[in-house]
Amino acid sequence: MALPELHRFTLPNGLRVVLAPDPSAPVVGVSVHYDVGFRSEPEGRTGFAHLFEHLMFQGSESLEKLAHFRHVQSSGGTFNGSTHPDYTDYYQVLPSAALERALFLEADRMRAPKITEENLRNQIDVVKEEIRLNVLNRPYGGFPWILLPPVLFQTFPNAHNGYGDFTDLENATVDDCAAFFDTYYAPGNAVLTVAGDFQPEAAKALVEKHFGDVPARPVPVRPSFAEAAPKGELRAEHSDKHAPMPAIAMGYRIPDPVNEVEGYLSYLVLAGVLTDGDGSRLQQRLVHRDAIVVDVGAGCGLFGPLEARDPDTFSVTAIHPPDITAEQVIAAVDEELLRLAEEGPTEQELAKVTARWVSTMHREHDRLTSRTLGLGSAELLFGRAELLYELPDKLAAITTDSVAAAAKALRPDSRAVLVLKPAGAAGAASDNGGTE
Amino acid sequence: MSAPTTHRSAEEIGRTELGPRPLPELGEQRSAADLSTVDTVLANGLRVIAVRRSSVPLVEVRLRIPFGDPAASSVGSTHAARAEVLANTVLTGTATRSRVDVDTELALVGGELDAVVDPERLAFSGNALVSGLDTVLDVLRDVLTGATYPVEEVERERVRLVERIRLARSQPNVIAREALQKHLYGDHPFAKEMPEAEEVAAVSRDDVLALHASAVLPRGSVLVVVGDVEPDAAVRAVEGALGGWTGEGTAVSLSPLPVVQGGDVLLVHRPGAVQSQIRLAGRGLVRTDPRYPALQIANLVFGGFFSSRLVENIREDKGYTYSARSHPEFTPGGATLLVDADTASEVTAAALLETRYELARLGLVPPSESEVGTARRYAIGSLLTATSSQGGLASFLVNLAGLGLGIEWFTGHPERLAAVTVEQVAEAALEFFAPSAFTGVLVGDAELLAPQLRALGGVSLP
Repeated sequence: MALPELHRFTLPNGLRVVLAPDPSAPVVGVSVHYDVGFRSEPEGRTGFAHLFEHLMFQGSESLEKLAHFRHVQSSGGTFNGSTHPDYTDYYQVLPSAALERALFLEADRMRAPKITEENLRNQIDVVKEEIRLNVLNRPYGGFPWILLPPVLFQTFPNAHNGYGDFTDLENATVDDCAAFFDTYYAPGNAVLTVAGDFQPEAAKALVEKHFGDVPARPVPVRPSFAEAAPKGELRAEHSDKHAPMPAIAMGYRIPDPVNEVEGYLSYLVLAGVLTDGDGSRLQQRLVHRDAIVVDVGAGCGLFGPLEARDPDTFSVTAIHPPDITAEQVIAAVDEELLRLAEEGPTEQELAKVTARWVSTMHREHDRLTSRTLGLGSAELLFGRAELLYELPDKLAAITTDSVAAAAKALRPDSRAVLVLKPAGAAGAASDNGGTE
Repeated sequence: MSAPTTHRSAEEIGRTELGPRPLPELGEQRSAADLSTVDTVLANGLRVIAVRRSSVPLVEVRLRIPFGDPAASSVGSTHAARAEVLANTVLTGTATRSRVDVDTELALVGGELDAVVDPERLAFSGNALVSGLDTVLDVLRDVLTGATYPVEEVERERVRLVERIRLARSQPNVIAREALQKHLYGDHPFAKEMPEAEEVAAVSRDDVLALHASAVLPRGSVLVVVGDVEPDAAVRAVEGALGGWTGEGTAVSLSPLPVVQGGDVLLVHRPGAVQSQIRLAGRGLVRTDPRYPALQIANLVFGGFFSSRLVENIREDKGYTYSARSHPEFTPGGATLLVDADTASEVTAAALLETRYELARLGLVPPSESEVGTARRYAIGSLLTATSSQGGLASFLVNLAGLGLGIEWFTGHPERLAAVTVEQVAEAALEFFAPSAFTGVLVGDAELLAPQLRALGGVSLP
């Protein structure tokens, strides 16, 4: 893929800036990625990074509560924020006339967010509703992103629930917020990305105008979250009172995405060979031939590939009927991995995965929100926004041997297996009901 | 929580020497480039809309085949079950391609193609590198004119469909949607979004073949192509591939729905729920109604975006919900306004009270000049951003085409929004947002909710 125009510079206060002009549509995307995610939150404050993300929308020195939303939307734009293991992002996508306004809004909260007790209490309630919606009140809530890490990992940063438990959320104080902001939300700990319809020189001047006087603060030393891979197969069970059928998640450790990109990408290709499309190995074997699962998926990263630093996870997940055991599913996956390890994939299988990735890259590029966020996270995590556009070539260079080696490294004696069991009325009905 | 270093207080953080700064004005807005487009009907009756958008070397394809149940009632009708099995097996075999062949050929051109069905239409959705357009169209031709529905695929997908339906029906959102549709439309086929397990189990390969022959028809259907391809060339490619797709008659559109009448909210018991789904519905307007732009703006001010009265009240002020919204749904022959919120059991009744309060307030304290201005600019701007990608534009256009509209509705809509007056918004708000105009369902743990809902009134308890 041809490399689009990219400009980058760093302000004296340390803020890294990526400009990606593209005049094909009169819209613009602005994002800020802060180099802190839920892996950095302290014990006793699970869910804090995400709660703090909510508070960044609650007003700043020049903006009353609700003003941020109103200014973005009255400019015809959309916005959001999201919290990941290693970073927190904020974005707005708007008609290009609103570029300066979006930069102003991001700069104002980077400089002086207004954190009040009232807004903190309000957003704790909102976050609890978010957790009820996405986890507690639905089947397979948090499967596998909350449920698998505590099986695969031993240390608090990697193992804990990034949504947080209610007690920890309720214990959060305004002073916690002040400490978190001062520590992690320094301009030198962030990447600003501007993508879309603008002139680079004009945009650079606007960035300097609005972000230039955000005072520099010390940038925290990023801790290593490294820990040893599991010795043996670690198992856990989870009871889900809303789930009608059992499910399993198998988790494995994979190479460091930052320092061993090529090694990591072999697993990304492997994931495609295993579960992307009807012709993939596990779809054919588990869904169609053996008919032992309803659906199966595999992938790098519990939030998607290249979305976190080391240590990252490769997962295989499946939902299966109650008359099939977890062992049957695991055995079939292991057999297919063994076959791939011994024989390797075919050249055609790799060609399929690569062509679909090229197409996916283009499609992500075409959606301004994903383009802006992708450039920003690649710059933050890898120091290379260009990585986004280099991926198709890098993936095409992955060989059948390296995919076979990746399959071989997904060993039963160094993995986590989470077994999800239906525990409520929904599951019980299925056990004696018998729908087929 | 211990900070690694000493830190400023929240008050110190929220203040700078310079003080608050003025919001920058908006700059000059460049308009979107004119779209190069063709909208035509082939000899076989298939409408084709092709639009050039060359931002990336891809092409997006959408095919919409009206697929309504010809019966007046879903009771005793096997249409929904047969349609689901058809959609799940149509891509699994032809005279020359197996399921895996289809996947392989598409993958090698960076492509995908899938089929889904709902009470109104059978929809194929695909994309590929632009060099793969002919491959996507040829696969489409092959399945439209010669899907063989291999017996082992039908048998496997039938079983899997039953499992998937069970999974879907364990989702609170799906439970609420099914209850709402039934409450609003009874046994009208529009309300039957999913078949029952035993109906699916009874579908034979012959049933599916017969449905394909009678209902997968080009006349009345529309195909949209958006991408890095000249519209004339795209139409020629479609004609070359699908010109031979023929059939007797016209694809079946659903009969019009009964108009939604206001009434009590039906409480649906979901034991053990820790959160409730509030789902209200009232009558809306079709996109071509002269009052539609005013209603669209009134809806935005009510709950159609984040800066709305409903979100600012029950989320940002009271913390009752993470997600609250209102939105129009365009239905056969009409439109509905839907209001959704998910709230913890202990605040469900209070959230319903506030929602009714905001409904009434929209008519009685109508949207101000400033509220209308914000909503208007959002409506115009979000149309621009939502259609700035090939996929976004293709999906938007195929939905418009399903309502009998074309690209000129899309290009003309910003002007219509710009012309709406505050008075027109107030009229729409008073007429369409009256609490008495709404009915709906509420899904939650009835044992927890009943005392408060009984006190609140306007809710029929189980």
